[in-house]
Order: sequence, then C-alpha cells, then structure tokens
Amino acid sequence: MSNVDSLKNLSETNGVSGYEENITKEVENIFEQYVDEIKYDNMGNLIAHKKGNVTDSIKVMLAAHMDEIGLMVTNIEDEGFLRFTAVGGVDQRTLVGQEVIVLGQNEQYPGIIGAKPPHVQDSNERNKAYKMDDMYIDLGLEAEEVKDKIRIGDVVTVKRDFSKLKNNRVTGKALDDRAGILVMLTALQELHQIHHQADLYTVATVQEEVGVRGATTSTYGIVPDIGIAIDVCHGTMPGVSSEDAADLGQGVAIGFGPHVHPDLFSKLKEIADEHEIDYQVEPSNTPRGTDAYAIQVTRAGIPTALLSIPLRYMHTSVETISYQDIKRAGRLLARFIRELDAEFVEGLQCF
Amino acid sequence: MLLKKLTEAAGVSSREEEVREIIKEKLADHVDQLTTDALGNLIAFQDGVENKPTVMLAAHMDEIGLMITKITNDGLLSFKPVGGIDKRMLVSKEVAVGEDKVKGVIGAKAIHLQKPQERKNILDYKQLYIDIGAQDKKDAKKAVKIGDMATFTTNYSKLGPNTAKAKAFDDRVGCAALVQILKNNYDFPLYGVFTVQEEVGARGATAVSYDIDPDVALVVEGTTASDVPDSKEQIYSTTLGQGPALTMRDGAMIANKNLVQEIVSLAQREDINYQFRKSTRAGTDGGAIHLTKEGIPTAAISVPCRYIHSPASLINLNDYQNTIKLVDKFCQQVTTGGFNYEKLD
Repeated sequence: MSNVDSLKNLSETNGVSGYEENITKEVENIFEQYVDEIKYDNMGNLIAHKKGNVTDSIKVMLAAHMDEIGLMVTNIEDEGFLRFTAVGGVDQRTLVGQEVIVLGQNEQYPGIIGAKPPHVQDSNERNKAYKMDDMYIDLGLEAEEVKDKIRIGDVVTVKRDFSKLKNNRVTGKALDDRAGILVMLTALQELHQIHHQADLYTVATVQEEVGVRGATTSTYGIVPDIGIAIDVCHGTMPGVSSEDAADLGQGVAIGFGPHVHPDLFSKLKEIADEHEIDYQVEPSNTPRGTDAYAIQVTRAGIPTALLSIPLRYMHTSVETISYQDIKRAGRLLARFIRELDAEFVEGLQCF
Repeated sequence: MLLKKLTEAAGVSSREEEVREIIKEKLADHVDQLTTDALGNLIAFQDGVENKPTVMLAAHMDEIGLMITKITNDGLLSFKPVGGIDKRMLVSKEVAVGEDKVKGVIGAKAIHLQKPQERKNILDYKQLYIDIGAQDKKDAKKAVKIGDMATFTTNYSKLGPNTAKAKAFDDRVGCAALVQILKNNYDFPLYGVFTVQEEVGARGATAVSYDIDPDVALVVEGTTASDVPDSKEQIYSTTLGQGPALTMRDGAMIANKNLVQEIVSLAQREDINYQFRKSTRAGTDGGAIHLTKEGIPTAAISVPCRYIHSPASLINLNDYQNTIKLVDKFCQQVTTGGFNYEKLD
C-alpha cells in the first residue's frame, strides 16, 4: 500500500476519542514492519519501539494522536431518531445535512443528520445557525430496530471519503491528526535504511481531543529524553491571519513557544536548513493545543518539540493538507533522530 | 441500477446534459420518438390510437446546485445558489465542479479561531467558497471556469431494508419512474417529458407543454417529507412509507379535482397505499403545465423525500415502487377506456 493510500485508510477509519479500537488496528498494520515491538498501555496508547544501534541509549518519543472528534448518542426518540452530543471541539454549524456512521453494539449503521426542515421554520429560526440540540440522526430504520441495535453512549463519526485535490493536496475527515501518524510512518521508513543511536518510541496517542490524556500516561511510562509531538496547525485561508496560520505546501511548521525547548527548536531548524527541507515557523504564545502540552510536564519535565502540518478547515469533515508537507516532516524527523547523541541530550538540561 | 445512476449524475438547472444522456440511452429502444427542444427538454413519445386522450407525464431532470461566479486571487471559487438551498447545509461538504467533475470542498474557519458569537451566525455566501487545491487564480482557471456548476458528490446507497439515501431524489425519482413507465405498452398517445429548469421556475415545462398541448398531464415528483422531530404532525406535508402523495393544492396549482379523484379511486381499487400532501406551499412543473394555452387538467403524484434539497435525502423505496404502480394503473385505465377525460373540464 502506498503512503497516500495508507493516509486514505487512516482518514476513513473511525477512532473517536476513547473509542480508538478500529484506528489502532490500522496503525498497528502500517507500523509493525518497521519496528521491533508494539505494545499498549492501560489507556490504549499504541507504543511502537524501534531500537537504536547502541545499548542503553537515549530515548526519543514521537507522539501523534490517532483519536478524532466525533459525536455520541444521548437519547433514542420514540420514532427511532437519535439525539447526540459532541466529543471534542465540534462546530455545530458543520453538521446538518451530513452523512454519518453510528457505531452500534455489533455493527456500523449509516445515517443522515437532520434538523427541523427550513420550510417549517419561522423566519426568525431561519436566520439562526442550527443548534446541536435541535438536530438528530436518521438511520432510515424502523424505531424498534433502532432501539434494538443502538445504545446511549454509542459513538458517531461523519462519513467522508478521502479525496485528492490539485497540487498534491488531499482532503478528508480526521487528518487532524492522522496526518501526524503518517509523518511518523514516513520517519520510520526513512530510519529503516539508516543507523541511529537513539531508541525510538513512536506513539499513536489516544484522547488528545478531550484533553491530551493519552500523551499524559504514555510519556510517564516511556520516560523519554526528548519528546516530539506531531500534530496539525491552522492553514492560511481568507478570514484567518497569517499570524495564526501557516501556508499549505510551504513546508512543515516547526513550533515555538512555552511548550518547546529552545535548543530543540534551533536544532530542528538547523537540520532542515542543512538538508534543504522547506519549513515554516509557528509561534504560539500558549503551550496548549497539542500533546506537547502534556509531554513537557511529565515526571520531572521532558525537553519537548512540536512539528505541525498546516491544515485548512480544522475540525470539519473536509480538512485539507498538502501531502508534500507530510513527506518533508517525515524526512526532517528522520534526519534529526539520526544526529542525536548523549552529549546533545545532556546539554538540554543546561540553561 | 437506474436510481443510483440518475441520482449520482450532475444536472444543475440549465446543465442537465448528463441526466438527459442517461435517459436517452435507457429509452432509445423503447419509444417511437425521442427528441429535444430549444430549451433542452427531452421528449419521449409513444404513438397511440387517435380517439384516445393524449397524456403527458412530466418529471424534471434538473437539481439544485451551485454556480461558480468568481475565482479569487487565492485560487478559491466563490459561488451562488441555483434553486432553493438552505445555505446552512453547505459547510463541510465535498462537491464536484463542472463537466470534468473537479473535486472541491466547502470549508470554514476552524472552530478554534472563531469568537463565541461567530459560532451562532450563519455562514453566508460571501464567506463560503470551494477549495479545489489550486495555488492561485491562474492555477484554478486551468481546471474550472466562471459559470461552471457544482453539485454534491453523494453516492446512492440503501440505509435500511426499504430506505435509500442520495442527492437529487428531487426529481430523479420522477425521471426513473417515467423511464419504467415508458417501457410498457399502452395504446393512447403518450408523451414522457423530462423537463429542464424546474428548480428555477418550471421553465422547461412552460415551453414543452405549449408544444405538446396534451389532454391531460401528470407530474411525477419528489416532495418534502417533514415527518421528523420538532415538526408538528399537521405540517408533516408527507410521511415516508405511506405511499405516493397526491397534491390537492400547492403554491402554484390547484390540481384538477376530477383527475385527483380518478387517481384516488384507482389507488383504492388496486389497494395501493397513498396519502395527500398536506403542505400548500412550493410548486412543481404542474404550476406551469396547468396554465398552458386554455388550461390543461393536471395532477401531481410525488415520492416523499426527507431532507429534500440537501446533500443527502432519504426515501422509502416502497413509496417509489408504489408511485410507479399507480402511474401504470392510471395508464392502463386510459388504455381500457375506463378513464373518461371529457369529464375533467
């Protein structure tokens, strides 16, 4: 399977925060041939270990989250319509008219999100955005069957086929952060051919979208010398200042801010320059927003960095990225890991 | 499968060619004449005996959609609606643009970057655009041009054992039903017309019914079903699974009472379930047809569709089959001479 096909597969597989079983299998499938061992912690984080060429070497942890935002069934109406709530940051305006998949107890059920039809709304209602409380999921099934197959608490994802656009750009749901998973895959593939001292832990984290919870426990368990979160950042588009966003296709965004160790930031830039890998700088005045937030303050503190893939329309079902940026991020990570040694890591403690 | 093929085809009002070609191909071996007129209506004709009434069955080929009206310097496509669209349905959808079906998406500013008040506001056409992945205006112009139409990329598929979802059931259900009917043999002069531009004001029907001037006309449509939560029963309009809906009155036509009564009697006699459309709003090609020349006795039979005019609408396939059955019984009735059209005036 080509890497773009892998990304398609990852994007179309469901993995709502806390319910990552299906996406976990897909990640395991694409990672296993490049690593020595895959294990799981109690939260469900997938930890893939690739040994370095030196025993008792430094430990590097890469973290990209495999969970995605979604919906959860809160009530089954008498007529069989499902009411729901959000899991993670869902923009309720993106939901009406959307096709969805409900993960029932044994099977998956396709459905449509409806709301009170426009022609039976008064003019006041018609001028307001639809509210999640007023929406429901229609499975097109008899009420009895719905009550039999669906339970309160079942999770729901939007159904969206992954598509290729012009200029190597691709679109789909959950590219936040399946793009990050693919960056880790690309880095593993590159490192397959070259020697590296560092012991590498590539972690597909769970529950990032509900508060970076998977990164909290996986970092505690691994105790890395360096932690690198790989996520997405906002892509430039009309209505979004370039101050808050990076351009699609112009290279991976290297994060900088309270959550990023300054020496790691400098080293990543230095290596990108050396290998002529395009990159952008993404300044952030807050440590929040990615797994880096949790990694940095684990145990006695972990030197942390952040790489991001610029992405338009975050948390909609049509998240759009440039595939080029994934390749660049993977290459940069591999080159960076190759150059790490104990001396550099020791230096990270010295301010 | 015909419904799948027809609903997945693009045919925004005035750009119905893909739908027209599918129907032409399906009917080529089954009708006596297959012609088009100046507006693009497709007219299928089966000859019949002279002393029988000329019947016109009408279904519209066009669907609602979006027209590309501007290409921005960033290479994004601005658009306007063609036909009645609730703009609140547009965000976070995939579309196909133009004859080459260039893939694009309608995105929105990320929730993280919105102020709380923004989240309550409707995104208007000026804030929405289609992103095809172009780098700039020049790049975008290689793939699309101003005036191109965009449609949703929804696939047809079944949901439950009797339900199916697709875009454009309004009115590809009517087109598919007419294709089935026209494969049968009746002995009266029968016109099956597949009209253009219904969604922008029944414009195709206006011209084609003047040309054909039938004795009686039957419009086969997809109509609103609001049998959903937060909608009171008296304003359901129609309910899925309760059979074809007969219009007594809508915003554009009071259906010919005697013709409706004929159809009701037929449905009762043949034990086909049916319902009356409860809404009096909106209109169909019937609005234009019944006012043609000195007036044409016209009725409308519709398949109920939930989430009509949205990316994914939902029908009950039994309603669709029963609609075909009812129209077929009507045609058989005309064939056997049991239908006295002279009483319609």
